[in-house]
Amino acid sequence: MSRNESSDKGYGLSSEGSPGGAAVLSLSGRLTLASLEAFRREASALIDALSPSSLSLELSGLSSLDSAGALALIRLQAEASQRGIPVAVAGNSEQAGRLLALVEERTKRGKDPLPAAEHLGIFEEIGVNVVSLLRGVVDEISFQGELLFDTIRGCLNPRSVRWRDVLFYMRRAGVNGLPIVGLISFLLGFIIAFMSSLQLKQFGANLFVADLVAIAVIRELGPIMTAILVAGRSGSAFAAEIGTMQVNEEVDALATMGFDPMLFLSVPKLLAMLAILPILTIYADLLGILGGLVIGVTALDLTFRSYMAETHSVLSATVIFASLIKTVAFAVLIATVGCQRGFRVQGGADAVGAAATSAVVTAIFLIIIADSVFAVILQYLGI
Amino acid sequence: MTLPPLQPGTPVIEVDGLTGGYGDRVLFRDISFRILAGEVFVILGGSGCGKSTLLKILIGLVPPLAGSIRVLGQDISSGGEKEMEAVRRRIGVLFQAGGLLNSMSVGENVALPMSEHTDLSPGTIEELVRMKLALVDLSQAVDLLPSEISGGMKKRAGLARALALDPPLLFLDEPSAGLDPVTSLELDLLIMSINEGTGSTMVVVTHELDSIFRIAHRVIFLDRDGMGIIAEGDPRVLRDTSRDPRVSNFLNRRTASQNG
Repeated sequence: MSRNESSDKGYGLSSEGSPGGAAVLSLSGRLTLASLEAFRREASALIDALSPSSLSLELSGLSSLDSAGALALIRLQAEASQRGIPVAVAGNSEQAGRLLALVEERTKRGKDPLPAAEHLGIFEEIGVNVVSLLRGVVDEISFQGELLFDTIRGCLNPRSVRWRDVLFYMRRAGVNGLPIVGLISFLLGFIIAFMSSLQLKQFGANLFVADLVAIAVIRELGPIMTAILVAGRSGSAFAAEIGTMQVNEEVDALATMGFDPMLFLSVPKLLAMLAILPILTIYADLLGILGGLVIGVTALDLTFRSYMAETHSVLSATVIFASLIKTVAFAVLIATVGCQRGFRVQGGADAVGAAATSAVVTAIFLIIIADSVFAVILQYLGI
Repeated sequence: MTLPPLQPGTPVIEVDGLTGGYGDRVLFRDISFRILAGEVFVILGGSGCGKSTLLKILIGLVPPLAGSIRVLGQDISSGGEKEMEAVRRRIGVLFQAGGLLNSMSVGENVALPMSEHTDLSPGTIEELVRMKLALVDLSQAVDLLPSEISGGMKKRAGLARALALDPPLLFLDEPSAGLDPVTSLELDLLIMSINEGTGSTMVVVTHELDSIFRIAHRVIFLDRDGMGIIAEGDPRVLRDTSRDPRVSNFLNRRTASQNG
């Protein structure tokens, strides 16, 4: 008889019997998850060494058995039976017996795993992505068309538009955005004036800092920075809001109650964008010029009057109007991309996050593309 | 790390003078009860009475406003991280929607506590994962993502994960809510067989009457207006003998106006 017990592994295992004859394995202590692997190694080694004609598992000394331990015992039994050794279990407590029966019965009737979603090869992956990209472009264009159509319909029938929502989004995207848009525009004007003043001073061309700031801010930086900030603040919020409603089946609920989700959710957002983006841009232009003015007056010995007169001389109503036309296009892009990404959400919370990210990235990308197109067109028109 | 097994009948959770709620909003005041090893203990009551809050207090997710709670011998009411850590490794929790991590397959979800808290080899863990999933009759879903399985399957997978470390104490939050009657019955039978098989103590929050009568050894009844426990005991006995109209209406599925 050999005996092997150690307190740190939790269980004790002793064997009785001679090689080739009937053997008894007696278990004591705790046979649990923690001691599982040690037990299996030890028990297999014992059976290998004894290769008994029959095996009896004596469990009366076990103080605790969990489902992992039960599985180990069942597998030990199966292993022995496979080698033609009959196994008997004895001395188990009522509780241990129930657990052994439960684990045995359940593992026996286990089903084969269903296949997981298959992984695509690299070429298939590329193909699928290209197709979905093209489909995304088509979706985006048709969504834009639908939204513009609905907006016009809404304007022809003003009672169908939720004007309170329009005001709400105007406040959230416009009024709440004033501090950040103002600060960034002011600093942009300030930086342009500061950097260019270092060069222009050398030629005594101090006054032209005003021209530079006015043209840069009003033609390009004002509209584009404002649009990017609004896309980041509000485009993502639109996508997340509609996406969450999609996940919570709120959009479906609206549709079944007879509301047009487009008219209900998207049109107010687009109208709010169309209203606030030009205003925010003018505000950003003013603060950008103010930033240049601060440098002009403090570092370049220009007077307030001469700086403003110079600014006035390079600007015309056409230039300002052309830049505002751009902001209208940007407003449409931000609202449609935000809403479309929201409506496209399927699945759970992670899809909402992805939609918000995608709304911002796509909107900024499209804003830059649109801006380049405008730059070329305005150049040819001589504005 | 190995602790002596729990003897049936000894208190596993001891709650004394517990007040719970959020800030100024007290949901229940000064409640006390014991949960004994090996029993299926159901916390029940109407909507808004604080059932789920009580469960969250017992598992240490929400701090109590007052009172003492001992779980598996550890005092967790002070919010000490050391005490909580000792308790967390010995409890399993099934959340209302399963609480599965969406980015991992069902099998990986079940393997997570084992690979985190034990040093078993990957092969053994995989074998155990298959066994746990077989216990909840879900061995076919081992490679599927949570988004590919139904609500009832998610709950069973969540139960398999809660069982991963064979905890002596299991908390189940609304295990059968939102399931069809057959699936709900299957889940109840599963809970009973696991309770009998593993001898683990189960604390269940539910308001499904059929489920309560099937699985509960003992219940406490929380009431929103009474702000505390208005009944405690075997639900079948309470149904037939309780003189409190709130308790007997609830357990007999009657509204107050139907009392003749």
